Amino acid sequence: MGNKQTIFTDEQLDAYQDCTFFTRKEILRLHGRYHELAPHLVPMDYTNEPDCKVPLSLIVNMPELKENPFRNRIVESFSEGGDGNLSFNEFVDMFSVLSEMAPRELKAIYAFKIYEDLEKTLNRLTKEELTPEEVELVCDKTIEEADLDGDNKLSFADFENMISRAPDFLSTFHIRI
Amino acid sequence: EKASSDSNSGSEEEDSMSEGEMARLMEEVEEKKKLIATMRNKPWRMKRRDAQQFVDKFEGALGKGKGRKWFAYKVMMTKKWIKFQRDFDNFKTSCIPWERKIKEVESHFGSSVASYFIFLRWMYGMNLVLFGFTFGLVVIPEVLMGLPYGSIPRKTVPRPEQDTAQDYSVLMDFNGYCKYSVLFYGYYNDQRTIGLLKFRLPLSYLLVGIGNFGYSLMLVIRTMAKNADVGGGDGDESEFTFAWKMFTSWDYLIGNAETADNKYASITTSFKESIVDEQENQKDENIHLRRFLRVLANFMITCSLGGSGYLIYFVVKRSQEFANRDDLSWYEKNELEIIMSLLGLVCPPLFETIAELEDYHPRIALKWQLGRIFALFLGNLYTFLFALFDEVNSKLEEEQDIKNNSIWIMKEYYANFSRLTNDTEATPPPMNPADVIRGPCWETAVGIEFVKLTVSDIQVTYLTILIGDFARAMIVRFLNYCWCWDLEAGFPSYGEFDISGNVLGLVFNQGMIWMGAFYAPGLVGINVLRLLSSMYYQCWAVMATNVPHERVFKASKSNNFYMGLLLLVLFLSLLPVVYTIMSLPPSFDCGPFSGRLKMFDVIMETIDLDLPAFMGTLFSYAANPGLIIPAVLLMVLAIYYLNAVSEAYKNSNNELKKKMQLVRRDSKRAAVESSSLSAEKLLFINPGSSRHCSLFVFHPGSRRREEPEEQYRQHQPGDERLGGLTAEQILHPASSSSSTKGWSVKSDNNGSTYATLGEKVVERVYKFLKCLESGKNVQKRH
Repeated sequence: MGNKQTIFTDEQLDAYQDCTFFTRKEILRLHGRYHELAPHLVPMDYTNEPDCKVPLSLIVNMPELKENPFRNRIVESFSEGGDGNLSFNEFVDMFSVLSEMAPRELKAIYAFKIYEDLEKTLNRLTKEELTPEEVELVCDKTIEEADLDGDNKLSFADFENMISRAPDFLSTFHIRI
Repeated sequence: EKASSDSNSGSEEEDSMSEGEMARLMEEVEEKKKLIATMRNKPWRMKRRDAQQFVDKFEGALGKGKGRKWFAYKVMMTKKWIKFQRDFDNFKTSCIPWERKIKEVESHFGSSVASYFIFLRWMYGMNLVLFGFTFGLVVIPEVLMGLPYGSIPRKTVPRPEQDTAQDYSVLMDFNGYCKYSVLFYGYYNDQRTIGLLKFRLPLSYLLVGIGNFGYSLMLVIRTMAKNADVGGGDGDESEFTFAWKMFTSWDYLIGNAETADNKYASITTSFKESIVDEQENQKDENIHLRRFLRVLANFMITCSLGGSGYLIYFVVKRSQEFANRDDLSWYEKNELEIIMSLLGLVCPPLFETIAELEDYHPRIALKWQLGRIFALFLGNLYTFLFALFDEVNSKLEEEQDIKNNSIWIMKEYYANFSRLTNDTEATPPPMNPADVIRGPCWETAVGIEFVKLTVSDIQVTYLTILIGDFARAMIVRFLNYCWCWDLEAGFPSYGEFDISGNVLGLVFNQGMIWMGAFYAPGLVGINVLRLLSSMYYQCWAVMATNVPHERVFKASKSNNFYMGLLLLVLFLSLLPVVYTIMSLPPSFDCGPFSGRLKMFDVIMETIDLDLPAFMGTLFSYAANPGLIIPAVLLMVLAIYYLNAVSEAYKNSNNELKKKMQLVRRDSKRAAVESSSLSAEKLLFINPGSSRHCSLFVFHPGSRRREEPEEQYRQHQPGDERLGGLTAEQILHPASSSSSTKGWSVKSDNNGSTYATLGEKVVERVYKFLKCLESGKNVQKRH
């Protein structure tokens, strides 16, 4: 803990601790994981803020994300251009929001981005085992249940209202790294 | 350093700043700092640098000049304090044990099984603190500063027992040397103060006993309060069935392919079940039959509960008879504990089978099951306690006789001694401690009973895991090669981890510890060892011999349920201990309260002798019923008032919600009528490339904008325009002026549109707003 590390300056570590829910040790560990994904691409020395991004295909192969049906959507939602290539900042951001300590409201914002398309979400969730009629029925029922203002679409306010009552949301929308 | 270099350039400015400007600047700096502190909760990307630079620059400036030195000093101390807090938090998180282990279990079995291990770890922490109290304040002082073994009667094995005191079987029963050791109540001496430090042991013993309960109570309630936040409202469960299934059923912690496959299958099944429910709208075939079956099932279960209670009472009575005999087989000696553990093993599956008759929804059935198991354990425990009380009472009667007897024998001994030595002046040496007649010491007997119960509970649990899970897994794996049917898929297959059974077992074990810790201070130490070994043993067993659950198991709401159970058990274990402290007389010759009329007399003594006189009068006033009754009344009224206030808040909450819905509906309608944009709500997110970012939702159709973030807001609420653009201007930019500050709009490859603040460019909103205008339908998106 008192080791002299040369990956980040102290100011950078302070900034990370302010902006995320991670401790100093966890941030250094995350950097190790990030570097592991693409050792030739990611420099060990981040003190001058290099501008490198790890491609989507490498990130979704992480053991924490490998089995998740929404892994592509998750990584895309946290990337700047929606293309799924994450810089280290975005990488840390992603795991911070998905960590235990992030509050419900913050998670709801990103969940809304991830679950954008109801039909695709459902198909990913059931590995396309449901018939098209069943898919349509479920999507219609979902909108019917959650839509507050009667516009037949799910806005962020509708989604947040529904997800804030869900007892399992915080425990399932959680990745430990 | 940045601050000083900036402030050097700013020092010229600062001379010319007036007081008003300084105050305003200070306010802005405070705001920025608040922003930084809450930054993590907002979905911005790491853009704190701007705010931080601002703070650094102007804080340095503010610190210069006369009279500002104090401000600079304050700022420095605050920074140091924040850093210290952060380091301490880092240290605390690195102290939490078993993170990796639990993560492994989580990724294989999901969050519900892991919640048991998290609960186990929490219990371990609590028990460690209780152990610290008990050992540090009671056991260690007695060992270090009290009289050693063999010096007084209560600390010595009596002469008749000395032959067998070292036998293994006697030690296993916690008799012999075990009984006369620090583990049990009887060993402690009743001297008011011991050692050089004048440590008041009896007072400490009593206060630690009460403090254990107080600490546990505070910890449980604090954890419940924390969990209550997470739990969400008691909303109607069926309100959001499909939505919750869709958005919260996948467990993000799953990292194992087999578990993931199981989860996919169970989610699909669950959806299909709900679809069928939705389509069919089942009617009850026969209400009367169902009611009759339910009544029958409840009757059978009540019978079995009563039967198990009676069985325990009978066995306790038998064990009292056995106590008088000497030639007992191993079974007869441990009969009580064996029967209690067996009941705990056999009854729950029995209840489950009977409950098949009832045909409830699975979640309701689970609640009934947990309630019944709870009633079973409770009934067993209390029957055990009542039987124990009978024993205590009989021991108290016995004590009276023995007391008289031992005084008489002591007189005899001195008379004999002076006769034999023919020397009436020499003082006779005190009688050898081992020869003194001893009272029955009911407290130690009770302590021994609890320790035996706990130990047998541990043994049964470990054996069950070994046989029920491990042996079963071995058989299924290795016999499968030469068996007629597929053992893995068919009958025995591998076990699933029984979460509720294990959690309840843990809760009741803790109840027994709470009850027994007052009479056997060593029990807490035994429990700590047990929890530690349980953690490793059960983690290994789960990973090696169990398979993930087939059914979706929602455990999150149960967290507070288990805490509630723990609280109830805490109160129930408090009752017997308080009763004995208040009303039963302590034994005359063993323990720290011997010789007194009641155990809490030691507190009275302390108040009289050690505390200054006015405190004594204070306490006597405070104990006056005339004061206590009004205080209790006041508390009851306060509870009633707070209840009423919270009801009122709930009502006003609901009213506000309804109002919001109405307003939204109205504005939607108005917008659709009057505007040419029959648009959807759009979610605009800045991809983070510009310096100022904000996240907001806006309804072009309703001409209203909702901004969750307030940073860099350039408009006043109620401004009906999007960054100075009206709806018309967005769609028909040719007719609008181009110098609209603040907003820029661009799209990315997916056809989503982004509007950002910061550049003074006005661009047109892209094609899908046009689509909306022309009435084309947008997909089922937000």
